[in-house]
Amino acid sequence: MSFLELKNLNARVGPLPILRDVSLQVAPGEVRALVGESGAGKSMIGKAILGTLPDAIRITGGEILLEGEDLQAMSPKARRRLIGAKVALIPQDPLTALNPARRVGPQICDRLVDILGWGRREAEARVIELLHEVHIPAPERVMRAYPHELSGGMRQRILIASAFAAEPQLIIADEPTTALDVTVQKQILRLIRDMQARHGTALLFVTHDLGVVSKLCQSMTVLFGGKVLEDTSVDQFFSAPDHAYSAALLAATPKYTDPGGSLMPVPEATIHAVEAEIAAHDLAHQIETVRQ
Amino acid sequence: MTLIRIILKRLLSMSITLIGVAVIVFFIIRIVPGNPIAMMLPPGAGEEDIARLKALYGFDKTLPEQFLIWVRGILGGDFGTSITSRQPVMSLVLGRLPATLELSIMALVMAVMIGGTLALIGTRQRGGKAEALIDVTNGVSLSVPDFLWGLLFILLFGVLWPVFHISGRVSPALDLPFVTNFYLFESLLRLRFDIWLDLVSHMFMPALALAIPLAAIIAQLLKQSLKETMHLDYATLARTKGYSENHVILREALPNAILPTLTLVGVQFTFLIGGTVIIERLFSYEGLGNMAIDAVINRDLPLIQGIVILFAVIFTTVNLLVDLTYALLNPRLRHG
Repeated sequence: MSFLELKNLNARVGPLPILRDVSLQVAPGEVRALVGESGAGKSMIGKAILGTLPDAIRITGGEILLEGEDLQAMSPKARRRLIGAKVALIPQDPLTALNPARRVGPQICDRLVDILGWGRREAEARVIELLHEVHIPAPERVMRAYPHELSGGMRQRILIASAFAAEPQLIIADEPTTALDVTVQKQILRLIRDMQARHGTALLFVTHDLGVVSKLCQSMTVLFGGKVLEDTSVDQFFSAPDHAYSAALLAATPKYTDPGGSLMPVPEATIHAVEAEIAAHDLAHQIETVRQ
Repeated sequence: MTLIRIILKRLLSMSITLIGVAVIVFFIIRIVPGNPIAMMLPPGAGEEDIARLKALYGFDKTLPEQFLIWVRGILGGDFGTSITSRQPVMSLVLGRLPATLELSIMALVMAVMIGGTLALIGTRQRGGKAEALIDVTNGVSLSVPDFLWGLLFILLFGVLWPVFHISGRVSPALDLPFVTNFYLFESLLRLRFDIWLDLVSHMFMPALALAIPLAAIIAQLLKQSLKETMHLDYATLARTKGYSENHVILREALPNAILPTLTLVGVQFTFLIGGTVIIERLFSYEGLGNMAIDAVINRDLPLIQGIVILFAVIFTTVNLLVDLTYALLNPRLRHG
């Protein structure tokens, strides 16, 4: 059984659909990429699972199942607790994801102590161990530091350690390297891969970087306009993409083998075709609603 | 290191401010019409009496000479003698200071408690009816000045439904065993809760009148910055860890949102102290402000000068304290 399953998830801002019948599954230990352009709705899927969608966005249909339990049928408190215990987030921007007014240590320990009921000592020992794991020198000193005393890379390592602290079954990584230096990006990606392999955590990796996908992930979901275009294995995607948009996306990726080559956009004809496909889907959806 | 440098810098600017205040108050009250000699003269006094009185109080000298004499006195701890009561200005003013400080601090505590609670409720219920109600209440509270609140309270809780004392600082019939003029504080120390309750019953309405506009400002500003902070990534991250909205507001958002509010509260608190002048008059509360009005009416120049200087010292000290608190609460300043 898959750990996480989305079934025909729909979400809207006012009348505007931003998720259109999104279905996907993440098996225990699976590393799945969620790929799409800006505005494709990939971050929104992460937020819908975590229950942190902005107030303006409403889920209008579908199910979010965690170990077969429908999150939306649960009380807000039970849902929060379940997410806190089993799912963790590695946020996009490490510079804003740590509270500037609190020391780093308590920010990593707090979930273990408050939500999972660990002793303070026990939690601190565990976090020091984890900070070693993410290659932070002198963890005891770092735990007493305030976020502004640490570099962006350090902070992202801390957030990764924090995400793994409670041994969650699923980690949602929302473009965790976008805000970092290119040199640091590589280290952080390698770190996430190593940590994932060691802990066997399932990973939902939100990104628009196909290079990262090919190195890190096993399976992937391609989104456009809030609709799933393709759900496939990474090998399959890179050797023979199924959807025309996927193929165009792949062709648009700059190649190391051709450093002087010009950058290729996704052809407009392909975009139009996808948009037509989405419009047809919306129409079918509307007819279905009216019929009911 | 940084803290000491901040303090030294502020002490320097404080002394410059005080010198400026001293110069301005000294000359302004001598330029405006009305002089203390005319107030003291008995009917039918001649030129000779006037000259004698002038010489007695030093008004026969030139203004710069008078100023120098006054400043020299201050440096030696002597603020001159009150013309109306013939007592040293210093002891008069310091005798009244505790009453005003207790009233202002009581008002500040009330403002922080009311404003803070409203801000937290408004943030918790943001977008809902409760927040709209708080916004309306804030608007009304801000647009009515403190002395009108005072009058309203006197009508409501002094006349229509008399639950509080409307005049004075303490019931005259009470025997006060105190050695300082910090009655409210000392009654607690001496466990004289009967006197404490009597003091609070006198102080409640003037303090609330002073507190309401400040409470509205605190509620508005703190709510605004709390709401902004609640959208930030670390607040979202805390929610995904399983924390409740209340917890995120109190532990993640509040420590950050409180900083901009604190600066403003410092500035507004000095306005509140300024407001005590009229409020004390309204409630016949025997503090500095009431004394200031008497001094102005009687053209008691040395007393006016003394009170203004003391108010200036209070204002600058409050500002210094706010800056220090800010530095203490903000880790980026503390280490930086």
